[in-house]
Amino acid sequence: MTVAPTTEVSRLLREDFDSVLDAWFATQKREGVRRPDLFSDRESRRQLADLLRAFSEALARIDLDAPVDIEAEIWSDLRLALSEITLVRTERGVAPWEMTAFVLALKQPVFEMLQKRLTGTPEQLLQEAANFGRIVDAFAMHINEYFIAERDEIIERQRAEMMELSTPVVQLWERVLTIPLIGTLDSMRAQEVMENLLNAIVEHSAEVVIVDITGVRVVDTQVAQHLLRTAAAVRLMGAEAIISGISPKIAQTMVELGVDVGEVTTRPTIRAALDEAFRRVGFRIGRVEDTRV
Amino acid sequence: MSAPPARPAASVELRQERDIAAARIAVSKAMDAMGARALRKTRFVTAVSEIARNALDHGGGGVIEIHRLERPLRIMIRCRDEGPGIADIDRAMTDGFSTARSMGKGLGGARRLVEAFRIESRPGVGTTIEMEARP
Ligand SMILES: Nc1ncnc2c1ncn2[C@@H]1O[C@H](COP(=O)(O)OP(=O)(O)O)[C@@H](O)[C@H]1O
Ligand SMILES: [Mg+2]
Repeated sequence: MTVAPTTEVSRLLREDFDSVLDAWFATQKREGVRRPDLFSDRESRRQLADLLRAFSEALARIDLDAPVDIEAEIWSDLRLALSEITLVRTERGVAPWEMTAFVLALKQPVFEMLQKRLTGTPEQLLQEAANFGRIVDAFAMHINEYFIAERDEIIERQRAEMMELSTPVVQLWERVLTIPLIGTLDSMRAQEVMENLLNAIVEHSAEVVIVDITGVRVVDTQVAQHLLRTAAAVRLMGAEAIISGISPKIAQTMVELGVDVGEVTTRPTIRAALDEAFRRVGFRIGRVEDTRV
Repeated sequence: MSAPPARPAASVELRQERDIAAARIAVSKAMDAMGARALRKTRFVTAVSEIARNALDHGGGGVIEIHRLERPLRIMIRCRDEGPGIADIDRAMTDGFSTARSMGKGLGGARRLVEAFRIESRPGVGTTIEMEARP
């Protein structure tokens, strides 16, 4: 008679779900994996229960002859439960090793309980413990990778948001303003840029506005449209916009997109734009020696 | 669409505007890992920005998968949504056509910016676009 290799673990989880849950919870407490500073006991227990339920359901259906592949369909509920737990934990600053330890802490109590149930059949005990260990390891590895990816994403998002915080309008000279754009220009920010700019035009009686996009990495059709609309609104206010900082890469890409800047003045660098701006307001930049002549 | 989907190197859900930036960053990273040239990266990432935005704005949200293809080394993305779909693809691909009163150059532009472009769309089912380029 062949025995399914995790029969007893499955049975244990079915019959004694609450004791396993209690024991897992207790191990975590003992090993300091639990974070009472971040999660209440109730919250922690509920998280563990979700995981354990998903785990035990998959375990009952798994084919143990194949290598454990946590990406497989059968583990999808478990992955979902994991990703939810990981998400709250990354947001609260839990380290990756803690997540791994958190999963591995499941081994000890299950081994102990298995041992009690399978005292008479050491071979089965060995096989079940090995299989169970293999699954928990795969599970710990997965959560570690997932956790790191998730954390990278949060850092990236925070960085991106920081970059988008402010869009200051700077007065460069009498009647000359500039607004340096950095990062991404989504609809909301484009709206803000436009508002700030139009108000500043009134405030400073500006005649020329340099919109510098040196710090904008991608100009797609929507960004282009925002820029062109801004230039049109500036013109309606009686001023002129100069778009500066269009790199050769972006220029070529805009041509392929079929974006036509029409009447809008553009300059490759902010310096060239500044020259143009001064010319328009009747100033000229020259060396000190020149002006002494 | 084409070959059965291998496991992607990365995927990004498109649910809100900032996810488009996340998709651009992910594709950019994947191309960096391939040692992509700057111009190629700018072109491809711009194309990705267009179709990701379409999936969000016209398709009600979707997901973008990033694949690395070998021999020859290429970046490939697949963008799927389960939105209303496109009834007349030829018309949608035409520059200047838009149902949203925007520029209408996103699809045509994206096709010109990449080396391979495939689109499949069924009204009521959704839209899938694949794009490929050498790094
Ligand atoms: N993912 C999509 N789902 C449904 N319709 C789409 C999708 N992508 C594009 N379309 C349709 O094709 C048109 C043209 O798209 P595009 O060239 O990007 O221009 P725009 O986005 O400026 O309208 C859109 O206006 C829309 O009607
Ligand atoms: Mg579009």
